[in-house]
Amino acid sequence: MRLKYVLNEVLVGLWRNVTMTVAMIITMSVSLTMLGASVLLYMQVDQMKNYYYGEIEVSIFLRTDVTEAQRTAIDQAISSNPLVQERTYETREEALKRFQELWKDSPEFVKSVGPNSLPESFRVKLKNPETYKTFTDQMTGMQGIQDIIDQRALLDKVFNIFNAIQVGALVVAGVMALAALLLVGNTIQVAAYSKRREVAVMKLVGASNWFIQAPFVLEAVVAGLIGAILGFVALFVGKIVLFDNKLQALTNILTPIDNGNVWLMLPLLAGVGALVSAVTAWVTLRFYLKV
Amino acid sequence: MADPAGLAFSLHRVDSVPVIQLENVTKTYPKASRPSLDDVSVGIEKGEFVFFIGPSGSGKSTIIKLLLHEVSPTQGKVVVNAKDVTSIRSWKIPHFRRSIGCVFQDFRLLPNRTAYENVAFALEVIGKTKAVSRRVVPEVLELVGLGGKEHRYPHELSGGEQQRVAVARAFVNRPLILLADEPTGNLDPDTSIEIMRLLDRINRTGTTVVMVTHDSNIVNQMRRRVIEIESGRIVRDQARGVYG
Repeated sequence: MRLKYVLNEVLVGLWRNVTMTVAMIITMSVSLTMLGASVLLYMQVDQMKNYYYGEIEVSIFLRTDVTEAQRTAIDQAISSNPLVQERTYETREEALKRFQELWKDSPEFVKSVGPNSLPESFRVKLKNPETYKTFTDQMTGMQGIQDIIDQRALLDKVFNIFNAIQVGALVVAGVMALAALLLVGNTIQVAAYSKRREVAVMKLVGASNWFIQAPFVLEAVVAGLIGAILGFVALFVGKIVLFDNKLQALTNILTPIDNGNVWLMLPLLAGVGALVSAVTAWVTLRFYLKV
Repeated sequence: MADPAGLAFSLHRVDSVPVIQLENVTKTYPKASRPSLDDVSVGIEKGEFVFFIGPSGSGKSTIIKLLLHEVSPTQGKVVVNAKDVTSIRSWKIPHFRRSIGCVFQDFRLLPNRTAYENVAFALEVIGKTKAVSRRVVPEVLELVGLGGKEHRYPHELSGGEQQRVAVARAFVNRPLILLADEPTGNLDPDTSIEIMRLLDRINRTGTTVVMVTHDSNIVNQMRRRVIEIESGRIVRDQARGVYG
């Protein structure tokens, strides 16, 4: 009987104040969508880092007037450096060939580049990509080097943008969460007020605190769960629309978003939504009901 | 056998465990200039019927609140059913309240529930099953004289009948103590007397009844123990008293 009573009270409570319930669910779902997007982005950046950092190299471009002796000295310095895993040497001709391959869709651009415009280079793969700074510092002093370019530095710029988006999503999630919390608190107060007579009688005859509070807390939890499910659906639809259709070209660079990761958001959002609602409702009741 | 009264008296003494005991209780509300109760000590034994009388603001309602642990004493000890009320952990207070029934001036019934449902609600929210309600509620409604009116809503009942529902609700759990805070305050004299008869009947089942009132008529008719409070102090404690 008690379970039936509690569940019935929850449904009646949600329905009695239906506009507030809807507002609560919407803010909750927007907040959770943002949270989910932020977490997904974080996982995505992490995955891309793993993927790209394994591939990246440090390129040491040589001056066009580099002498044979300088080239040998650089080669030896690279080979004997303990940070280096492997190195390849790329002649001007090879560089040109690679360039032509890369830009084969724009023949005019290719034509404008002669065999001497591209420098020869050493492509160095480090044992640990994190040590590129040390390696670069060790190499910079050497004669005959035009430029040292670390792909990691380029990638970091890309990742910084992703991180900024992620932080932005988190901020929006936080602001919406605050609004959601206030709405939950308000809804619970209204619910407690509309049931003040019952609550007074329950306290009078000695109903236990959990029994008095459970319907209110569950009301908030149910709203939180519905918000979480809506948020998850929004994430899933967003993923399909944005990444699987509109931005498919980008996903070749971005590494595809794993569907498993998206599914992982469902328990995450549901857990966060339910827990946050429950705690807010409970805290509100402690102030409002004063058992 | 020569002195049956004396025997009864001595038995009574042996048996006299105070069910309510206030020891030097002082209660000062925050921001109040003087205490509502000032060093009050009083003992009430099991099965007694006690009136607390006194003008408004004398502190008599504070006693009810202390007994229910709605407020804590500033100083002193409140013992109910051999339990020091102030030492009860807050989460155990609901359970503690189940041994006390309460009746108020304003009845405090749920308007959208029938007489039966009002009483059953009190049982079911403390975990009793519907089967228990079905057995116990008609019985107690019969006891308070509402047989046949179980399915009326409060607005379909007279004031006296509503108060009977409230008494039924307070008594359905067979509490050791029944607290009544001005139970006749909203009722006409004849109805008040009927409610008093009901409380008297409940008292005869062994339930201790503590009633706060300033209805002199009733106090004078009942001739029970009267404790008069004025400005937070007990000024009179009489075994078979009148309003005075």
